Amino acid sequence: MAVIEAEGLVKVYRSRKSEVRALDGVDLEVEEGTVLGLLGPNGAGKTTTVRILATLLRPDAGAARIAGLDVVRKAQSVRRIIGLSGQYAAVDENLTARENLWMFGRLYQLPSTESRRRADELLERFDLVEAADRVAKTYSGGMRRRLDLAGALIGRPRLLFLDEPTTGLDPRSRLGMWDVIRDQVRAGTTLLLTTQYLEEADELADLIAVVDHGRIIARGTADELKSQVGGERIEVIVREQGRLASAATLLAPDGSATVDQHTRRITISAGGGAQQLVDVVGRLGEEDIAIDDIGLRRPTLDDVFLSLTGHAAEAVEVEADA
Amino acid sequence: MTGSRAAVADGLIVTWRNLKRVPRIPELAIFAVLQSIMFVLLFAFVFGGAIPLPGGGSYREYLMPGIYAQTIGFASITTAIGMADDMHKGLIDRFRSLPMARSAVLSGRTVADVIYNTGILGVLMASGLVVGWRVHTSVGEFLLAVALLVLFAYVMAWIGVLVGLLVPSVEVAQQLGFLIVFPATFLSNAFVPTETLPSVLQPIAEWNPFSALTSATRDLFGNPNPFGTAAFPSEHALLLSLLWTFGLLAVFAPFAVARYRAIDR
Repeated sequence: MAVIEAEGLVKVYRSRKSEVRALDGVDLEVEEGTVLGLLGPNGAGKTTTVRILATLLRPDAGAARIAGLDVVRKAQSVRRIIGLSGQYAAVDENLTARENLWMFGRLYQLPSTESRRRADELLERFDLVEAADRVAKTYSGGMRRRLDLAGALIGRPRLLFLDEPTTGLDPRSRLGMWDVIRDQVRAGTTLLLTTQYLEEADELADLIAVVDHGRIIARGTADELKSQVGGERIEVIVREQGRLASAATLLAPDGSATVDQHTRRITISAGGGAQQLVDVVGRLGEEDIAIDDIGLRRPTLDDVFLSLTGHAAEAVEVEADA
Repeated sequence: MTGSRAAVADGLIVTWRNLKRVPRIPELAIFAVLQSIMFVLLFAFVFGGAIPLPGGGSYREYLMPGIYAQTIGFASITTAIGMADDMHKGLIDRFRSLPMARSAVLSGRTVADVIYNTGILGVLMASGLVVGWRVHTSVGEFLLAVALLVLFAYVMAWIGVLVGLLVPSVEVAQQLGFLIVFPATFLSNAFVPTETLPSVLQPIAEWNPFSALTSATRDLFGNPNPFGTAAFPSEHALLLSLLWTFGLLAVFAPFAVARYRAIDR
C-alpha cells in the first residue's frame, strides 16, 4: 500500500520582482515500509515537496495523500501519523532535551505520563541521557539534530520526513545519524529523506528520485540509476600537464577520453575491466608517461546526477576545451 | 479530547514553554526593568525639574503611570522578537506539523507574555514607591488600574505577534518595534503635559491610546493628571482607554490569527 501518493504538485513563489516555480509537476509514490530518497542540489524543490507532504504548505496545483488522507483537507489527521525533522534543528533552545521531548509528546496529544516515558526512551536511544537536563542551547550540532529527530519520533509516526538530516554535520556525527535512521527504518517506519549527498541516498534509500528545477528527472534504485550512465571507468592522473594530450590519444585513439586539465585527470570507459587496466598501465609505461594515480571505478551517484542534469558535466567540458 | 479542551491544554503547554525562558535568560527581564528604571531616573532627576505641572503636584507621581504605559509598549517588541525567533528557527514549523490545536501557538505566546509583563509591572511599581510614587485611592481603584494595564499589555502582545509574523528577521522585529513604540509612547502625555507640545501634535498626543491609558491610570491611582484642551479625552480617560483596548484587540488579534493561518501559502 502506498503511504505517500502525490500527483502533479506545483508550487510557485511570487514576489514583486519575480516568480519562481519551486515545484513544476511532481508525482511521487512511496510504499509502506520503504525509504525514498529525494536527491537534488539546493533549490531543486526537495524541501518544498516535503513541506507540502507534511501539511506545512499548500500546493498551488496537484494533490497529495498520506495514507489516503488529503494533506490539505485532512491536514490534522495527517499530522497524527507523520513525524518531521527539518534542516534547521527545530527544538526550543531554552528547554532541556527532556522538556523539549515532553512538550512535543504532549502536543502530539500523548498523555503526560506516556510523554515522559517516551521521552526517557528516546533520550536513551539517541545517546542524550547525560545531556538530558541541560538546555539545548549548549548542545553541539550533532546533539541538536539527534534531539530534533527524537522530537519527530515522539508519537511513533508511521511516516517520517527527514529534510537533509545530516547537512552541516561532521563525518562522525553523520555516520551516527545514519545508524539511527537505519534502526528506525528496520523497525518498519516509512521514510522520505531529502539529501544533497549522493552517498547518503545510496546508503539509506531503497528508491531514489532525482529532483532538478522542480521536476523529478529520474527515478529508480541506486543500481538502476548507475547503470544508466554506463559501466566502469578507468581514471588516470598524469604527472606532467604537458603529457596530457598524448596520454589521452594513447588511451582512447577515438578521442572519447574526458580530460580535466586542472586536475590532470583522464577518464575513459573500461568495458574490459581489470585486464584493460593492466594494458593501460603497460602502454603508459612504454611511452614513459609518469602517472600519480590510476584506478578502476564504478560510476557513483555523482556521475548519475551529473549526466542527468548536465550542470557539472558541462563545466568539466569547458575546462577540457580551454 | 474535545476541541476547546485541547485548545486550552495545548495553549497552556505553549505558555509553559514561553515562561520557562524567563528564568533561563534572566538578562531579558533584568534589562527590561533596567531600561524602564533608566527612564524613571532620567525623567525624575534630569528632565523632571524643567517640567512644571500645570496645577502643581509631584512630577514623580505624574511620571510613574507614564512609565508603566511605556513599559507595556516596549513589551510588544519582546513579543515580536520572540515570535520572529520561533518562526525563523523552525519551531513554528515543528508546531504546525504536530496534531495540536492551531490556536495554541498564539494563545500560549500572548498569555505567557502578559504574565511576564505583569511581573515586570510589579517590579516597576515597587521601584516607583522608592522614588516617591504613591497610590492615594482605594484598593478597588488600584486593582482596576492594574487590570487596565494588564489588559493593554494583552493587546500589545497581539500587536507584537503580528509584527513578529510579518518581519523577515529578528533584527527587523527589533528595529521596527523601536521605530513604532518610541514615537507612539513619547507623543503622549506619559512624560510631559500635552499642552507643552506644538499645536499640531497636541490632538495626536491627546487621542493617543498610550495617553488614554496613562491618564486613566493616573486618575485611578490618584496621581496628578493635568490634561490638555480636548474635552473628551480628558473627561473620559477611562472610557477612552477601554475603547482603545478593545478596539485594538478587535483589529489586531484577528489580523494576527489570519496571518498565522496563511503561513501555509
